[in-house]
Amino acid sequence: MLLRLRGNSLRLKGADLVLVNSRADGDELTIRAVSLEDVPAIVAIDAEVTGSTKADFWYGCYARQNTDAKCTFLVAHRDGEVAGYTIGAIQAWEFGSPPCGWVEVISVAPQHRNTHVATQLFEAVVRYFRDNGISTVRTMLHIDDHQLISFFRMQGMAAGPFIELEMQAD
Amino acid sequence: MKLQQGTMCAILAVLHMASRPNEQIPANEIAEIYGVSQHHLAKVLRTLSLAGIVESTRGAGGGCSFIGDARKITLYDIIKLFESGWFSAASPSPREQSDEATELYRVLGEVDRHTAATLQSVTLQTILNNALRTARRRAAAGRVAVAE
Repeated sequence: MLLRLRGNSLRLKGADLVLVNSRADGDELTIRAVSLEDVPAIVAIDAEVTGSTKADFWYGCYARQNTDAKCTFLVAHRDGEVAGYTIGAIQAWEFGSPPCGWVEVISVAPQHRNTHVATQLFEAVVRYFRDNGISTVRTMLHIDDHQLISFFRMQGMAAGPFIELEMQAD
Repeated sequence: MKLQQGTMCAILAVLHMASRPNEQIPANEIAEIYGVSQHHLAKVLRTLSLAGIVESTRGAGGGCSFIGDARKITLYDIIKLFESGWFSAASPSPREQSDEATELYRVLGEVDRHTAATLQSVTLQTILNNALRTARRRAAAGRVAVAE
């Protein structure tokens, strides 16, 4: 299936999705399902951004998107390198909630920030949810991560009806 | 949550100006739309001007304009100009402290933390974008015709 959206070409195939956004200056951003070759770059970007290396986690995410039809792991490429990535998962009845889409991860390599990579990844994952019949999109963030909260609010997200509670189990 | 009249006036005035970037907007237009006195608005605009958020020009064709970055300025940035000490809730001194008082202040701190996080993450651009989305949805529903 090929769709035309505001100058972008978008091909959907289950959880796979290819989006090519070409700009007049020749700059091209491609968004598609993750491949095994992308994972080392994702591990490196995450380590640079968060300060901790979690290779097992990211290879686990790669394996999950190959086996879980309700999960998508999308990667943005620019200039032949990984510019950013996002993971979306459809969950039903967890915490009593009707089916909704969770944006579990969204991250952009520092050198590709402020170039709308995150916005395009977000739009791609929301499209995945919408094409799978999901109309509610959720995410969860650290309360002090004002920059990322601000990003999601800029996309139209706002506080929802759920609240996170926690305690130390000691 | 209730803000002082001056704070509300400041936020609404800044949003009004930010929605029309590069335009000089007469102060009396803002005063009239939001039902505030010109004297009160002038005081608010002075504070905003000192903070580098707006700029006022006198004389014919003069007015005030938004000169900040709507994608960076948050509600918190404006509120803290007018509501000093708002987020510095007093905690009990060790002498007065009881376990109940400590727990009460922890809960109040929890509320303040959520409020601050919300206000620090909502930029002026987010409010303008959401207002535009709402208007577009209404227009799409055929209830209101929105001029392009």
